[in-house]
Amino acid sequence: MIDFELPTPVQRQLQLITMLGEQVMRPVARYYDEHEGERPWDYINMVWQTVKTQGGRTFSTDEKASTDKDGKPRPKIGNLLVAHTVEALSWGDAGLYLATPGSALGGAAVDATGTPEQKERFLKRFAEGEPKWAAMAMTESHAGSDTAAIRTSARLSEDSEEWILNGEKIFVTGGQMSARDSHGFVVVWATVDPSAGRAGMKPFVVEAGTPGMTVAKLEHKHGIRASDTAALVFSDCRIPFDNILGSPEVRSADQAGTKGFKGAMKTFDATRPLVAASALGITRATLEFTAAYLKERGVKVRYGIPLNQQTAVERDLIQMEAQHRAAWLLVLKAVSKMDAGLENSLEASICKVKAGAVANFVAQKAVELLGPEGYSCKLLVEKWMRDARINDIYEGTGQINRLVVARRILGYTSKELR
Amino acid sequence: MISFTPSEEQQLIINTVRRFATERMRPAAHDADEQRSVPTDIIGRGWDLGLLPSAIPERYSGFGEQHSAVTGILAAEELGYGDLPLSLHLLTPHLFALPILHAGTDTQRERWLAPIVEGGFVPYSAALIEPRWDLDAHSLQTIATPAADGEGYVLSGHKAYVPLAADAPAMLVYAHEGQSTQAFIVERGAEGLHILEREQHMGIRALQTHEVRLDEVRVGLDAKLGGTRGSDLDLLLNYSRVTLGALAIGVARGAYEYAIQYAKQRETFGRPIGQYQAVAFMLADMLIEIESARGLIWEAAWMLDQGQNATRAASVAKQYTDDAVLFVTDRAVQVLGGHGYIREHPVERWLREGRGFSTFLGLAMI
Repeated sequence: MIDFELPTPVQRQLQLITMLGEQVMRPVARYYDEHEGERPWDYINMVWQTVKTQGGRTFSTDEKASTDKDGKPRPKIGNLLVAHTVEALSWGDAGLYLATPGSALGGAAVDATGTPEQKERFLKRFAEGEPKWAAMAMTESHAGSDTAAIRTSARLSEDSEEWILNGEKIFVTGGQMSARDSHGFVVVWATVDPSAGRAGMKPFVVEAGTPGMTVAKLEHKHGIRASDTAALVFSDCRIPFDNILGSPEVRSADQAGTKGFKGAMKTFDATRPLVAASALGITRATLEFTAAYLKERGVKVRYGIPLNQQTAVERDLIQMEAQHRAAWLLVLKAVSKMDAGLENSLEASICKVKAGAVANFVAQKAVELLGPEGYSCKLLVEKWMRDARINDIYEGTGQINRLVVARRILGYTSKELR
Repeated sequence: MISFTPSEEQQLIINTVRRFATERMRPAAHDADEQRSVPTDIIGRGWDLGLLPSAIPERYSGFGEQHSAVTGILAAEELGYGDLPLSLHLLTPHLFALPILHAGTDTQRERWLAPIVEGGFVPYSAALIEPRWDLDAHSLQTIATPAADGEGYVLSGHKAYVPLAADAPAMLVYAHEGQSTQAFIVERGAEGLHILEREQHMGIRALQTHEVRLDEVRVGLDAKLGGTRGSDLDLLLNYSRVTLGALAIGVARGAYEYAIQYAKQRETFGRPIGQYQAVAFMLADMLIEIESARGLIWEAAWMLDQGQNATRAASVAKQYTDDAVLFVTDRAVQVLGGHGYIREHPVERWLREGRGFSTFLGLAMI
């Protein structure tokens, strides 16, 4: 039954995070934009208490099946809830949101590809103790969208009890916090056989502080500056054999097959809608602020009048609103399919393409609409525009996601449609 | 609970209308456009689908429970996928019946709904659009003034895009009255009602529309929709906005599917053009825009069914969809290249139809 009513738990969550956004995030948003290397500890310590009690999964769900009082199974809403959480946190501030402690992308990879034993072993820490982070390291300097071209290697030690990792990863979101400054971990994608392409790609968990893993560099970014983006170097970094994620056949190094690569793609099905949600949180912040700012200054928006009689500003604002809402509904569709246990990679890519584009369109247009004030650092609008820009790039650029969509609708393999 | 899945009953309706659209409407669409006429047997069969009676409750001779905008637009998308002018023709009586259902007095409902619902297709119609560039439904130039004797209204003005006006036993004429736009039932043969010659447009050529002139047409007090309290134009427009939006999505979906098939067959430099990113990305963007528009239209229709004020959502959704259908049909022409410009292929027709949606104010309801 087609329905757009938000479940009560989601509404409650939205209210809570909106308060957090208004009272905790917005007041320090500008400060951490201007002090890129500093970590927002006040925010981190505050949200960690909540993250911890909810099991620490910030980018994935561990929802147990439950039944209502008549014994009927309740529909799952875990992914819907996470999407709303991410959206609302990003509405508060996208940089701070990305600095949120918890299992994040690393946890999502463990959730999507790990065995039950591994999930327990790696994710338990996010429900206890001090703040921790988990990152995912995929991109290399020569391999961005082309993930199968990664060169970081993993080989078995002579006694077959350890993996030895060598290589360099860049653009690791939360890399410093996960690899060095907390008791977290990094999920590193490496190849066990460079000649095997995708078939050789496997995910490995490297615990923070493992000798041989170093933070080589922290990037200076256009936006989302409260979040650290690190380059990680692995030189003869030894990890236990059991830290390769997945079932025994995935873990067997000599077995050909693309289960590792497919695991990465499966992770994307869960994380792309969340990146889209984050993009749209920034978009909503920008849109609400811009509309309110203009309204206070006497700019009216007349809904329901013909297109050819709208003022340029009315038309822009209505388009921004429509684009934002359309993209958000695509996110809801992608996550509700996931909650229903259905395959959603087409919807995940569709919403990611749309949200990435919409976030840029709306934020860039907002700067234009507010004129000299929009470009000024007095307001957050210029910051939101910079924060928004990453969303059409990370977790798959707009282009690679279009390619995913196109292959699917045309029925082409990645060899046929490159 | 958020859900994008139609109910089983709705899915049944979708399947039925899709079969009708695929088997009956699509094969007839090309000739209907060329000959500027709608095959009457298709309309008869389309009427037998029972879309209008199922929107009208039993007490007014229909077989529906409650009129649902969501159920309606699911059917409308399939109709639009079949053929737009045929759909507009088929839905013309809705333009008369649904406003009476939602805003009419009990007397008006009892008098008008049963004869429309019980018989075969009869082209009851409505006249909203006026022939001027700055048309705004909220400030029409067609004027209704109280008659001097206080027993009725006098209507004067000039209307356009009135579907099937020549054969309509009665039509709803929208006019400015007092401070707002109100609708009045005008019956065939009323003195001063002039059905002018048939119009020609860039698209929807098979649909017979007329300009209509009203020279001091006298109607009774009972002709005003909703009686003395009148009706809320935006509520009626909202039903129309979501219907037109759904029809537009249907047109866009047809164009998108056609372009996909073509891109897989047509080869250049030794491979199908769909294997080039330049073409593949256009197709991906077409699907993304269709999906985007559909979400907005579904949500606005859902709000209508919830009894919420849907004017903002419906008008924003409609505006988005107007852009989307133009984009998608235009890209479909581009995917086909030179062949897209030739009338043997349907995509140029869909572009002509797609361009019209920003003009089709109040031209369909379901």
